[in-house]
Amino acid sequence: MSPTEPTVFEIGAPGRGATDQWPEATPAEALDDLPAALLRGSRAALPEVGELDAVRHFTRLSQRNFCIDTQFYPLGSCTMKYNPKACHQYAMLPEFLARHPLAPDSSGQGVLACLYELQEILKAATGLAAVSLAPMAGAQGEFAGVSMIRAYHTSRGDHARDELIVSEAAHGTNPATASMCGYTVRELPVAEDGDADLEALRAAVGPRTAGIMLTNPSTLGVFERQIGEIERIVHAAGGLLYYDGANLNAILGRVRPGDMGFDVMHMNLHKTFATPHGGGGPGAGAVAVNARLEPFLPVPLVGRDGSAYRLLDERERPQSIGRLSAFAGNVGVLLRAYVYVRMLGRTGLRAVGEHATLNANYLLARLRAIGYEPAYPERRASHEFLITLRREARELEVTAMDVAKRLLDYGFHAPTTYFPLLVPECLLIEPTETESKATLDAFAEAMARILEEARREPQQLRSAPHSLPVQRLDDVRAAKQLDLTWQAPAAAPAPPSG
Amino acid sequence: MAFIPHMSADVSAMLRTIGVASIDELFDEIPPELAAAELHDVPEPLNEMQIGRLMRERARTDGAPLVFVGAGAYEHHIPAAVWALAARGEFYTSYTPYQAEASQGTLQVIYEFQTMIASLTGLEVANASLYDGASALAEAALMAVRANRRSTSKRLLVPTTVHPHYRGVLETIAAPQGLTFDPLPYAANGGIDAAALARGETADCAAIVLQQPNFFGALEDVDAITDWAHAKGMLVIAVVNPVSLALLKPPGAWGTEGADIVVGEGQPLGVPLASGGPYFGFMATRRSYVRSMPGRIVGRTLDRVGRVGYTLTLQAREQHIRRAKATSNICTNQGLLVTAATIHLSLLGAEGLARTAAACHARTRALIERLCRLPGVGRRFAGPYFHEVVLSFDRPVAPLLERLARAGIVGGYDLSRHYPELGHALLVCATETKTEADLERYQQALAQALQDAPSARRQP
Repeated sequence: MSPTEPTVFEIGAPGRGATDQWPEATPAEALDDLPAALLRGSRAALPEVGELDAVRHFTRLSQRNFCIDTQFYPLGSCTMKYNPKACHQYAMLPEFLARHPLAPDSSGQGVLACLYELQEILKAATGLAAVSLAPMAGAQGEFAGVSMIRAYHTSRGDHARDELIVSEAAHGTNPATASMCGYTVRELPVAEDGDADLEALRAAVGPRTAGIMLTNPSTLGVFERQIGEIERIVHAAGGLLYYDGANLNAILGRVRPGDMGFDVMHMNLHKTFATPHGGGGPGAGAVAVNARLEPFLPVPLVGRDGSAYRLLDERERPQSIGRLSAFAGNVGVLLRAYVYVRMLGRTGLRAVGEHATLNANYLLARLRAIGYEPAYPERRASHEFLITLRREARELEVTAMDVAKRLLDYGFHAPTTYFPLLVPECLLIEPTETESKATLDAFAEAMARILEEARREPQQLRSAPHSLPVQRLDDVRAAKQLDLTWQAPAAAPAPPSG
Repeated sequence: MAFIPHMSADVSAMLRTIGVASIDELFDEIPPELAAAELHDVPEPLNEMQIGRLMRERARTDGAPLVFVGAGAYEHHIPAAVWALAARGEFYTSYTPYQAEASQGTLQVIYEFQTMIASLTGLEVANASLYDGASALAEAALMAVRANRRSTSKRLLVPTTVHPHYRGVLETIAAPQGLTFDPLPYAANGGIDAAALARGETADCAAIVLQQPNFFGALEDVDAITDWAHAKGMLVIAVVNPVSLALLKPPGAWGTEGADIVVGEGQPLGVPLASGGPYFGFMATRRSYVRSMPGRIVGRTLDRVGRVGYTLTLQAREQHIRRAKATSNICTNQGLLVTAATIHLSLLGAEGLARTAAACHARTRALIERLCRLPGVGRRFAGPYFHEVVLSFDRPVAPLLERLARAGIVGGYDLSRHYPELGHALLVCATETKTEADLERYQQALAQALQDAPSARRQP
């Protein structure tokens, strides 16, 4: 592979284009009603390439990516499971793609039936009373969930609740969401054994508590065993419980957030329900709620009258927190999740949580035998687990980042590094249920060789990766000498405007 | 088992390694009172052949009507190469590019995308996308309040000519942080009422939102309004259709100083209509505001041996670093759609995009000429427009749309709900995908519908 690929602006030639893809030219008089003062002076500086130029360029760029289709991705908290091809193919049927979002419901009975059934299945899987598919990502689902908590308290005239309790190990989106919803964040410490510090919780709750945001299993890769007590403390104080569905894969089909006493949650369909990550989106962050929050769900919802499906908006849902997108959310992602969950069915759903947990505990056992240190050695792993390299950092001057980067050379994507922050030099490892024992064994083998390298030739790790198109990048330079857009060389006649 | 590759021998060997007797034992930290989930309401599994048949049947149910509605989502030809490339597993199944060395493909695509958006909008920097056009506007409103050093106000001027759904999303997402929105009325030409601006009831706002073309398809006097807003110390948030920017003045050139933040719906750039998503929102701004911008940003840099490479940068703005003090909670954006748009814009180039924009306008103009020949049909506003127009009727629009739908035509967007003061009004649009024969078919179907549907006068 060539070490560099020129930008698309540097290939092609002036005047070249994929002309067969363009519409025919329009006579100038067809535009003579557009006021001259509102027209663009010069053409935008866009690429000038033929179709084959573009195909080769973007194919070559694609080859400079790791992806699930080529690599194992043990990324903790990200649930990088296989994205079945059927989900893509059946969501891309031409009629589904061509349907305009404002076309009448009567011309969308097929797609609306899928979405309605997905709502019903997600209700059953979460043990909650109602679902909205509107949020377009996990973070937007969180926003919707916390907004509903706020709307609930407001609807009761309870305006004193301005604090949200968030675990110190929570995903960054939790406190960021709380702020976006106008709440002050109170951080809840974690006890030595990885469970929440209940004394701190008891001290934190009160008349200002709007609720608590929890991930269970937590981001430490363990199940919060005191969830029953937490539920009693928060509810007794008048707060609500928010379930961050990032780790739902761990318990899918075994335990339901609704049964744990949670009032509201979001699901990351791009994690638990196998829709693709797409190099950073699109996701989908469906929300589920119990009966008392149901009036506040974001619109649109899919409703059914007899055998006809229709979108319900603010007119039918006057207490809704409102709209989150211009139209109906990431429908194409929802169709993929629907295909996946129909293929799993009842039995498959239960097998997900079981095999995700089996894989994590197996890999933990293998890595432990090799000599890696679990962060919570006394605890059972959930669908993911934390190891800490504090000993290697101290004795061998090799960091978690070095191990992560070296894994890339062995053809494995790096685990999540340095999260949660409270465990030093940590790697958060989540294998997911779609990986075979053989893959886990190969990964354990690579980890064994890396540990050996750390002892014998640590420089190999510190300077890794060696086999990729680039080595470690200068992040300080990237931030200090900001280069965010390609600029034509000074000699060229037309630099990009701006 | 669906997508779970374990043979029973594997499971036994793995349990032995772990030192437990059964998978159930792995759940022994879960309190027993949390009973095993009841999943009766989840159907039995389908295999791939069965789900394929079901999905094809449902797709057939939806059919393939002729679409003459825009209102924020537009049907365009998408070159075959766009999704053939974007759906490659290396783009489709990769993660957010935190591990830069293993994500150079995605990162370079985003860098190229940022360059294209900056060039189209005429601003200096762009981010890696937001969820859609409406949520991008909400993020822009929050950003404007952060970035405006001349005003501490949390008020924004939001003309009623901005897409009503965008205004709804603005309220949902930005109001919890204390932002308030003052409406501005429109005038007889379909644009913002200049007299309302002159009345000066708009003191001390952080920003004005300016959509071009606006929701009615009408062209706003962007130069004058931008200068007016800047003179009042407001920032200007432009909301634009990226295809229109091939022909229309880029927001960076509006007025004397240009718009400050530009957002829009990226769907017209290679993304299928798909009942509303996934689409992507884009955002561009001045270099001096880049640290107030939400979302991922990719920068070009060097690696340790001096080779050019790409990486996420300015991450100190983001939730995974700043937590409660982040610019936004956004993390996932719309990477795959950005990939499609970057390929789409590469294939079209400036010339192809300009041809698309011109063809859309010409088709809409031809459609309007045809429809306005029908009795009781006319243009609602007299001013200039681009590629989308409000028609007025002498009778309610909904029954006409129902008749058109039965004829296989999605005839437009009924404005009576959001703009009852307009009377019987319909927003219509034709893009480059429509032929003369399609326009003829619409004209005839509408003529028939007008014959069949009662006019206002005949109603009791």
